[in-house]
This record gives sequence, C-alpha cells and structure tokens, in this order.
Amino acid sequence: MYELKNVTKTYNASKRKITALDSVNLSIPDGQMVAIQGPTGGGKSTLLQMLGALDRPTSGEVQLGSSMLSKLGDGKLAAIRAKEVGFVFQGFNLIPTLTALENVETALAPLGVSGAERRQRSQDALASVGLSERFGHLPAELSGGQQQRVAIARALVKRPDVLLADEPTGALDEDTRDEIMELLESFWRDQGLTLIIVTHDSAVARRAERRLHIKGGKVTELAAQPA
Amino acid sequence: MFGTYLRRELVNRRKQTVIISIGMALAIGLVILVNSISAGVQGAQASVLQSVYGVGTDITISQAAVAPTAGAAPGAFAFGSGSGATAGGTTTLNQSTLTTSRTETVFDATQLDTVSATSGVSAATATLSLTNMTFSGQLPSQATGTSGTTGGAGGAVGGQAGSSTTQTAPTGGPDGAGGSSFSVDNFTVLGLDPTGASVGPLSAVTLASGRLLTAADVGTDNAVLDSSYATSASLATGGTISIGGTTFTIVGTVSSSGSDSVTASDVYIPLDVAQTLSSNVGKISNIYVTASSSSGVDQLATSLKSALPTATVSTQADLASTVSGSLSTASSLVSNLGTWLSILVLAAAFLIAILFTISGVTRRTREFGTLKAVGWSNRRIVSQVAGESVVQGLIGGAIGIVVGLVGVLVVNIIAPTLSGSAAATSAATGPGGGGAGGGFGAAAKAVASTTVTLQAPVTLGIILIAVGLAVLGGLLAGAIGGWRAARLRPAEALRSVG
Repeated sequence: MYELKNVTKTYNASKRKITALDSVNLSIPDGQMVAIQGPTGGGKSTLLQMLGALDRPTSGEVQLGSSMLSKLGDGKLAAIRAKEVGFVFQGFNLIPTLTALENVETALAPLGVSGAERRQRSQDALASVGLSERFGHLPAELSGGQQQRVAIARALVKRPDVLLADEPTGALDEDTRDEIMELLESFWRDQGLTLIIVTHDSAVARRAERRLHIKGGKVTELAAQPA
Repeated sequence: MFGTYLRRELVNRRKQTVIISIGMALAIGLVILVNSISAGVQGAQASVLQSVYGVGTDITISQAAVAPTAGAAPGAFAFGSGSGATAGGTTTLNQSTLTTSRTETVFDATQLDTVSATSGVSAATATLSLTNMTFSGQLPSQATGTSGTTGGAGGAVGGQAGSSTTQTAPTGGPDGAGGSSFSVDNFTVLGLDPTGASVGPLSAVTLASGRLLTAADVGTDNAVLDSSYATSASLATGGTISIGGTTFTIVGTVSSSGSDSVTASDVYIPLDVAQTLSSNVGKISNIYVTASSSSGVDQLATSLKSALPTATVSTQADLASTVSGSLSTASSLVSNLGTWLSILVLAAAFLIAILFTISGVTRRTREFGTLKAVGWSNRRIVSQVAGESVVQGLIGGAIGIVVGLVGVLVVNIIAPTLSGSAAATSAATGPGGGGAGGGFGAAAKAVASTTVTLQAPVTLGIILIAVGLAVLGGLLAGAIGGWRAARLRPAEALRSVG
C-alpha cells in the first residue's frame, strides 16, 4: 500500500524553480489498478518516480508498505526497486546489445538468483507474454509490441508487488495497444499486483479501477468509468 | 550476467572496442619496444665497459689528475754526451721510459686494503696504468759536426755558433750527410695482480695464445700482450718485449671477449714489477671492485666515497656515460626520444580510453537509468563499466604485446650494429690531463673500441609492465566512466530521454 503525505518535489531549471508535485496526499491500496492522467509537464512522471523509489521528494513522505521511501538511501531504494517494483516505459528501454532473454535476466541479477534459475524464470516470463520463439532476438529485431512485451516480462519476472507503467502504449498502434493493455490487466488480475499506469490515452485510463488527474503538481480524483 | 553483458557490449559496440584496443595496443607495443631496446643498449654499453673494466666490476676507484709540478717532465728521455753507440760518425740511441700515463694519478696501495675491508665488497684488485715510450734512432755524432748548422729535429746540437769556421759539408748520420733518423714508439702497460683475475681488466679477455699471468708470475719479467697490439708490433708468444729498458718474456696474448675490439691495455705485467720499473713502489692508479650484491652498488659507492674522500669512485652507471660512438647516440635516443614517445603515446591511449568510456556512458544514460530502475546498484553498474574498460585495455595490451614482440623481433633480425668506445681513465681527466707539455704528445689512454650488435631482449618483467599498464589504463578509464555512471540519478537518467 502506498501512502503519500504532503509530497512536494521541486526542480531548479535555468534559475527557475519548478514545482512538479505540490503537497500531494494520496493513498493507493494493494492490488488496485490506477490510471494517472494529465497534461504534459503536469507532474505525472514525477509522481511515478516517487512511487517507484527512483527519486525522493523535496518534502513530505512516501511510504510503500513498511518502507519509508522518502527517508531511505540510494542503496536501500535500489534494493526496493529490485524486489518490489516493476517498471514499464513508453520507449521500452531495453538494453540494445542484449537479447530478449538477457534483457529479462537483468531484472533478476541484483537479486542474486543463480544463472540457471535466472534463465529458467526469464524464459517462463517471456513465454507468458507470448515470446517463447524470440529468446535470442536483439531488441532491434523485434517489433514495438514485441519489445514492450519483453519489457513487461522484465518487469514481472521478479514477481513484484507493484507494476508502474509510464505511457506503456504511447509508442504503439491501437491494435497493439489493446493487446498490451490486455496483457497488463491479465497479470494485474492473476498476480494481485498494484498496477499504476501513467497515460495520455483516455481509452487506456478508462480500463483502470481508479483514475487520478494531475495538473500543476496537484492531484485530483476522477470518477472511475467502466470501459 | 556480468560476463554476458560485458561480452555483448564488447561485441556489439565493436567500433569503440577496436579504437580503444588499437590505441592501447600501440602504446603497449611501443613501451615494450622501447624497454627492450633500452635493455639492449644497456647490455651493449656493459659489453663495451667490460672490455675496459672487466666482467663483474661494479665500481672503479681512481684519483683525479693533478697539475704537474714545475719542471716535472714525465717520460722525458735523458741522453748524456756518451749515450748510445757511435760508429762511423753516427750515434745510435735507444732508450725506454716507463711512466704513469699523463692522465693517471697514482695513490697509495694501502687504499686497496681500505677498500677490501669495506662492508659490501666482494672482491677488489688494484692496477697501475703506465705508458712505455721508446726512443730509437740514429743521429750524427757530435764530433763530426763542425758546421754552424743544427742537426735534425730532436735537438741533436752541432757546431759552435758564432765562431768563424770553415764551412765543410756535414758527414755522419744514417744518410752519411749529417741527417738523423729516429722513431718514438709508445704503448700502454698495465701492472696488475696476477692473483686477482676474478675482477679487473683481465677478467673480460679471451686467451688467444700461451697463458695468462698467474700467481707464479709475481716478481717475474713475464708479460701478456693484447693480441691486436702483438700483431701490429710483430710480436708473438715466446718472444720478448722491452718495457722500461727491461726485457720481458711474452707468455701469452689475449683478445677482448667482444668482437673487433682491443683490450684495456697493450701489455699486461705483474703489478710489483710495474711498480718497481716505473719507480712507483707501493703505488697504484686504479682499484676495481665487485660488490656483494648488485642492489647494493650505490650504497657501497657511498661508503667508499666516505672511506676514501680524495678518490674518484665511479659505478657502472657513471661509466656508462663515458661510452661514446653510435652506441651513445642510440642510448641517448632511447632514453630521451623513446621514453618521451612512450609516455606521450601511453597518455594519448589512456586519454582515448577515458574519453571513449565517458562518451559511452553518456550515450548509455538511458540504459544505466533503466538498469537502476530495475534495481541495479551503483556498485554493480560501476563494476560493469570498469570491467568493460579493463577488458578493452587487456585486449589492447594483448595485441600490444604481440605488436611489441614483432617490433623486437624485427630489431633483432635487422640486428643494427653500434660502435662504442670507452676510456679506462675516464675519471682522471682533470686539470693538466691532456695536451699540456711537449715531449711526444699525450700519453695514450686505454681505449676499448667495440662494435656491438644490438640485441633487444624481452624479459618477463617487460611483459608484466605491459600487462600492468593495460590494466591500469582500463581501470583508469573504467573508474572515471563508472564514476560518471554512478552519478546519474535514475530519475534524471530516465527523464533525459523523455
């Protein structure tokens, strides 16, 4: 469960102070599917980084389960990301020199999983996203949808509690978008994940149980709309 | 994962790997080549020095030359009115002098005891460096010269100047017309202790004929000749040679261990005999010292300098500077141009490795941000970057070792010949050392001219240095690149690409 209290994040850019998050108070129960929408520069990605233990707030508290993320050092945050949080990015963010299988394995490397188990679990993860025939392919040899599937497999192979997706369908066509969303939803349902999706796409957002809107660093709750 | 990722990066980012490796390879190859040639030149210098100082001589001791006292004329010939044999109006003169060389200063032989008693001395022996000059010729007898003209060069005085005499044609002399004919010959003589051959000039010679001087030769008029000198003077083992007016039996001839070279002296005789004949009883001119350990030479030199404050103490390193000729040029080239070139190329290779690594890290910002997002720690990422750089350095090092060895092989196949010469009395060139005074010119020094073939040796040490430099270059580039990667905050790294 996420608990955010008075979270503010400011940046200094070109002698200007930018407030990306402004006294955000938010609670997200375990297992919830949340969509975060808002205009560009509204603070969506910053909020996702706070939730994903990628950054610390300038002030306020971010808590995930029993871990106070806002007070942990870099090493502890990295350990939480390694164990509890999976990421899916708009640009897939695969390592271009590694094969699909090896990309998935990178998520298990910091957990100290043995080579054989790492390989087996990665193969299973790729198979679960429908890429059992693509283990040895480099990202450049895969389509956008396939690359995003590899990224989802990488995010889920460590069996995280939370899956954070930043515009996961932003670079995909509509058909592929629906496939990816169905995949994410099936994992959310089957594994009891907390799924938080940042999106511009209302069609994607409508699939979520809960919708948040963020603008000027302020978060507001939108009524959930069934798809 | 580390190995897989590293291998994939090196293979798939081939251009970077190749450029860094080639830069490193050139630098390492050059370091090996310069080091090997440098070792070869040092070996060649040692070879030249051995011709003069003998094998195993670590230190030589001499006394700086001093200005001659007024009126002193070492090696002057003294002819009285009754000197020589006169027959038919011609006087035949023959006289030898055995004196210390003009550039040598003798000192008390007891200093050898001081040296031998010094801690760190393994062996020491003393020598007395001398020059034998022989005047031999025919002059018109004084009785036959009644004219006012002078005789020939050399100062045979004739006639009574200023008196009114009847001019008559000169007679006598070798040409029967008042002329003169004479020659002046000189050769170097080294008095040495026949029992101390393990160190000193005779330790670096090869017996050409006969035998060397032994303990049984102490006090005897036996001599060993340099084979080149013996040939030029038409002398051979079993024959005799006049030294300082004494006839010596030639018991053997020796040649230098090096090719095309002469030994330290033309003639070798027992030290005690040399001292007596040259009126230098109890005196020596040089001490040759072998140190107990090669690493203790400098320390021993310092001890000897304090034990013998007025002496000139020279180590092999000091003596190496006395080697002249193309060998000296090569040595200077290697130590100056070669070393600086190595440093420059090495610095350039390190810089290329560092810049490419930093550039690679910058290009891989999103990659490292992603890895941080999936839980990779800074340490893991730094290790990855450093590992890639070290392996690139090692690949460059391995290629560099091959390049260097090929270069060394080419040098050894070409086998350039270098000439070098070293003067045995190098330490004695002080005031009054050369050219002053008349006589028959400056006394000859013992000079060994040697032609050596440059062989560049490759030692394990040189290879280890090369590998060490390759690892160092890789670590340096990896540390700087890794530091850059570690500084990337995951959120910023991901944000930087939108």
